[in-house]
Amino acid sequence: MHPFELIRAIDVTEAIQGAAESSTAQQEAQVRFVGGGTTLIDLMKLNVERPQKVIDINGLPLDKVEVLPDGSLKIGAVVRNSDLAHHAAVARDYPVLSQALLSGASAQLRNMATTGGNLLQRTRCVYFRDTTMPCNKREPGTACSAIGGFNRTLAILGTSEQCIATNPSDMSVALTALEANIHIQGAKGERSVPIDEFFLLPGDTPHRETVLEPGELITFVTLPPPSVGNKSIYLKLRDRASYEFALASAAVVANVQQDRITRVRIALGGVGAKPWRSLEAETSLDGKTASEEHFRAAAEAALRDARPQSQNGFKVELAKRCLVRALKLATRTA
Amino acid sequence: MSRENRKSKVCKGNTEPEETPSFGRLSRRTFLSRLGATGAAAAASPLLGLAQTQVKQEQAQTPVKVAGVIPITLRVNGQEHQVQIDPRATLLDCLRETLHLTGTKKGCDHGQCGACTVHINGRRINSCLTFAAMHQADEITTIEGIGQPANLHPVQAAFVKHDGYQCGYCTSGQIMSAVALLNEPCGPADADVQELMSGNICRCGAYRNILAAIREVRQQAKQGVTNASI
Repeated sequence: MHPFELIRAIDVTEAIQGAAESSTAQQEAQVRFVGGGTTLIDLMKLNVERPQKVIDINGLPLDKVEVLPDGSLKIGAVVRNSDLAHHAAVARDYPVLSQALLSGASAQLRNMATTGGNLLQRTRCVYFRDTTMPCNKREPGTACSAIGGFNRTLAILGTSEQCIATNPSDMSVALTALEANIHIQGAKGERSVPIDEFFLLPGDTPHRETVLEPGELITFVTLPPPSVGNKSIYLKLRDRASYEFALASAAVVANVQQDRITRVRIALGGVGAKPWRSLEAETSLDGKTASEEHFRAAAEAALRDARPQSQNGFKVELAKRCLVRALKLATRTA
Repeated sequence: MSRENRKSKVCKGNTEPEETPSFGRLSRRTFLSRLGATGAAAAASPLLGLAQTQVKQEQAQTPVKVAGVIPITLRVNGQEHQVQIDPRATLLDCLRETLHLTGTKKGCDHGQCGACTVHINGRRINSCLTFAAMHQADEITTIEGIGQPANLHPVQAAFVKHDGYQCGYCTSGQIMSAVALLNEPCGPADADVQELMSGNICRCGAYRNILAAIREVRQQAKQGVTNASI
């Protein structure tokens, strides 16, 4: 591990100033914030991350979950995944989020990992994690070793010729279906970004994964007030029953009135270069009856642009079936 | 608790705060407590004076000053330890190599096996994925703080009774997880326990016996036979 200076921040503004000297907030950042450390320290051990300065943000006053007067939910950036999953308001009003969080990692890691850190967790692509191999995400311009290489677990949606890495988060998939807003504070002030715009597709710049600029810190995540009649579910399919990343997952937030789908939000995990919102699937279900035929059509629409690689063709059908099953569970009236 | 401590150390009021910060003590000017630095970064630190002061105070215990190390205080199993470590030291390495508490094991060193599980303020974590210097305000508990040979924790006794190990390498992590699990939201079924124990890998495959041990302690706790929490 490369040497670094460890700094404990107690004030958001000053933490931001401390990080603003970094030339980037993306790959090769010279300054990193550390929350739970479960991604960052792992990657520092592998020399994939080599910050010269690490700012410990665990002392910042961003550790609360609050229901705001308008009914929306405000989640602090350093709220632990386990605390968020078991928070009464989350378990009651946003079960998709609880389920997604509890399906991720292990109990130990969930006790460490933070909301902001989970949003920023990095791909598990083996080439990204191996500094002896070319990787455009880690070292722009080198090559994508995964194309034609070991790509069984990698993405089939939103990929490019430069990168086919999967976003590994479960939480972010649920937050995408819940239309979360990411609140960011930086040297130039505060801004709020819809989660679907927070993540960038790889394109020709796979080393740029989010809209974060140097010094910018995720401070909060907000969720819109829960709609009456909403049902939500997170369904995750993987190689083993627990403690494994998704091969395919689906987050569905649905409202069914008199057997008609009046509103549905759909996001897929394990298959996308970013948490994958499917507007196509949502549109195809608008006003339709909750039937297997319509669910299958929605799944076809969601995966229409899928581009499988040499080893992950199975994910196309797996993701379709995952979504159909999740839609069935979310619209079940009994 | 840690935040309260830090808050209390932030200088407030109209008068200019004293510019004599120490680790964990903060003024408006030095809002960040510089826990550690190496090489030139350390030399440039405005807190270097303080580091030297602390080292001086601790000369009796730490006569040799090594470049790139920082003094920290850790509270482990109820006992305070003042040590000098490299800022890169994980909590796991600090426990094992510096404090010689070798009951906590290093398996994968990447948060994938659970052998390094310890408790921070009563909650289980992977000590391999956190820096020791980040835990100066925390209560750290290792397997050495759970029970003693003559006075086993109920979970330890159950592991012995049900043969919940073979080679033993994962056992301290399994026990730390199982002890923490007793205070976590966990459903009544074996499947619930298996799910919450999935972060601890046993290469020997003693899972059935580990499950039996935990099942028995949970039943005892439910019946009030034992106070199976720490």
